[in-house]
Amino acid sequence: MIEVNKQGEVWVFAEQHAGTLEDTSIELLSKGRQLADQLKVPLAAVLLGDRVEPLCVRLGQYGADKVYLTEHPLLNHYQTSSYAKVLDELIHKHKPQIVLYGATPVGRDLAPRVASALKAGLTADCTDLQIGRHEIPSTGKVYENLLLQIRPAFGGNIIATIINYDRWPQMATVREGVMPMPEPNGRRKAQIVRENISLLPDDLMLEILAEHRQPKKVNLKASRIIVAGGAGVGSKENFKLIWDLAHCLGGAPGATRAAVDLGFIDRDHQVGQTGTTVRPVLYIAVGISGAIQHQAGMSGSQKIIAINNDPEAPIFQIAHYKIVGDLNQVVPMMIKAIREKV
Amino acid sequence: MAYNCVVLAKQVPDTKRITGQAMNEDGTVNRAALPAIFNPEDLNALEMALQIKEQYGGKVTVITMGLPAAAEILRQSLYRGADGVILITDKRCAASDTLATSYILSCAVRKLNPDIVLCGRQAIDGDTAQVGPQVAEKLGVPQITYTEKILNLNGKTITARRSIGNGWQEVRTKLPVLLTVVDTANEPRIPTAKRLMKYKAARCRIEIEAMAKQNPSIDVEAVCKQLEQKGLLIRQWDLDILGADLKWCGRDGSPTKVHRIQSVVLTAKETKSVEPTQEAIEAMIHELIVDHTIG
Ligand SMILES: Cc1cc2nc3c(=O)[nH]c(=O)nc-3n(C[C@H](O)[C@H](O)[C@H](O)COP(=O)(O)OP(=O)(O)OC[C@H]3O[C@@H](n4cnc5c(N)ncnc54)[C@H](O)[C@@H]3O)c2cc1C
Repeated sequence: MIEVNKQGEVWVFAEQHAGTLEDTSIELLSKGRQLADQLKVPLAAVLLGDRVEPLCVRLGQYGADKVYLTEHPLLNHYQTSSYAKVLDELIHKHKPQIVLYGATPVGRDLAPRVASALKAGLTADCTDLQIGRHEIPSTGKVYENLLLQIRPAFGGNIIATIINYDRWPQMATVREGVMPMPEPNGRRKAQIVRENISLLPDDLMLEILAEHRQPKKVNLKASRIIVAGGAGVGSKENFKLIWDLAHCLGGAPGATRAAVDLGFIDRDHQVGQTGTTVRPVLYIAVGISGAIQHQAGMSGSQKIIAINNDPEAPIFQIAHYKIVGDLNQVVPMMIKAIREKV
Repeated sequence: MAYNCVVLAKQVPDTKRITGQAMNEDGTVNRAALPAIFNPEDLNALEMALQIKEQYGGKVTVITMGLPAAAEILRQSLYRGADGVILITDKRCAASDTLATSYILSCAVRKLNPDIVLCGRQAIDGDTAQVGPQVAEKLGVPQITYTEKILNLNGKTITARRSIGNGWQEVRTKLPVLLTVVDTANEPRIPTAKRLMKYKAARCRIEIEAMAKQNPSIDVEAVCKQLEQKGLLIRQWDLDILGADLKWCGRDGSPTKVHRIQSVVLTAKETKSVEPTQEAIEAMIHELIVDHTIG
């Protein structure tokens, strides 16, 4: 661990694969920017890889004041041990007060390893981060300007706020898609701080023999409008209604886990706690009950229309437009109305 | 070559059946108020370990840290085929966060000197997925997270396929290793009736002590001795047996603290009811066009 360092910077681990930055890292920069401004300290991105310097431009445009850049041939592919070693050294050297990682497969593999090596705290899969104070009830001792690490727990039934006031840095992984994507500012530039760290082949614990990445079939996060279907749609054939409505609105089809499990649509379309988190301008929930795990992925939508034949369905509690009716009648009416109006 | 496998398992509250009464005022969870189950992905880890044993020989030991009641998942492990089980129970473990938990578990794992440590990817109460990698770091061994399949084991190295979200990787590393196992890896077996009959009487000392409190005629030493002779005494370790440094355990060993717990309240926004008629729906669409939501 490092000592409490109120002057410490806010850091974002900039995750890249083959020279492409992950969206989550960009989202984290916007949140990191807010936190750093509130704390009046610089925001830095930490970029590891082989010949990845060109990415520093984007990191600057999205809000980083500085980029700590470590380039090394052995960092070409992400590996737990080598990346953790570099981060551990950089954190000891610069003593940031906050370090954020995306809760991606890489972030969730890396961050706990770093936390364990540092003997520091780590909160998983946060959905919000704020700066606030904490008072210890028994002693009345107050800590100001702590990172409030907010996350759902117990299957989404409670929201826990976690803090770490003595064994720093304060570290968290942050769920993908919960922080809004910032607009880049072409005039912003980050200062590049090169950090040379010696690595030996022995620092790589794994050999990567083969790798396959499939591009996602749908980019829900980028969609302004999402039309999501649930188990109530009834069949894969009937899911055509969802595709049609999405199509005429220029939106993307989404789904509940139940609909995915029933084989109505591919898993890439799943919205929710174990799927994608979305915050579109319009979310149309069709034949969806509104389970807490589904809401976890869509309650941040600006407008919600819910169509369900059960007037008591929980989805109606967060809907702006409540349509109690049979989706097989309501959806065609909507398609007709849209075709006529738009 | 035979492999010494250790599975780290957790008893968790069934988070699908949570009510407000399950929370204590201090923000911690009143686990007693919830049905307790074997963490689902830990069953996948156990299954993977049992399959290794069946294919290559060796043994499977399941460790859990928890309240005395957690012995139940150890019995369930025995029903499924575990060779040995260990309960780590100690009041000084209370309030451990993932870092402290991983320290305590790593002390226990070290005593068993395994070739392969297997954990479920994550537990359904916290969903952190942190304990596995943190145990691996403390042991100084490589980790393969999100393991879907073991492709090869040759005594010195392991080759496995792991999920990377939108794809997969095949990786190879030296033993010993720690794997975290995902639910798509396998279908956990159900207990066999024969093993269930054999092990349902298995108990650990603290359970016998609790029984003796209710019924003073029970002689704890004698019962433990009897169980031991029948191979039914569940091993029970505390922090002293583990030689754990208390500064890294429990509340003191936990950098993260709970600041606040809130129950999720589904916020009732202003909801407009729309009749399922063509006119009403057209009016709604019109509104959405006017406010630039669509179009
Ligand atoms: C750990 C965990 C993680 C999970 N993660 C997710 C997740 O990421 N995403 C997710 O979505 N779920 C997730 N779930 C599952 C979640 O709990 C629900 O089971 C699921 O969201 C329910 O999907 P549904 O609304 O489609 O189905 P149901 O709950 O079965 O609802 C179907 C609805 O359709 C309505 N209906 C039926 N017929 C019609 C009709 N003709 N016209 C109009 N309405 C009709 C019914 O009234 C009902 O409300 C998770 C669960 C757990 C335990």
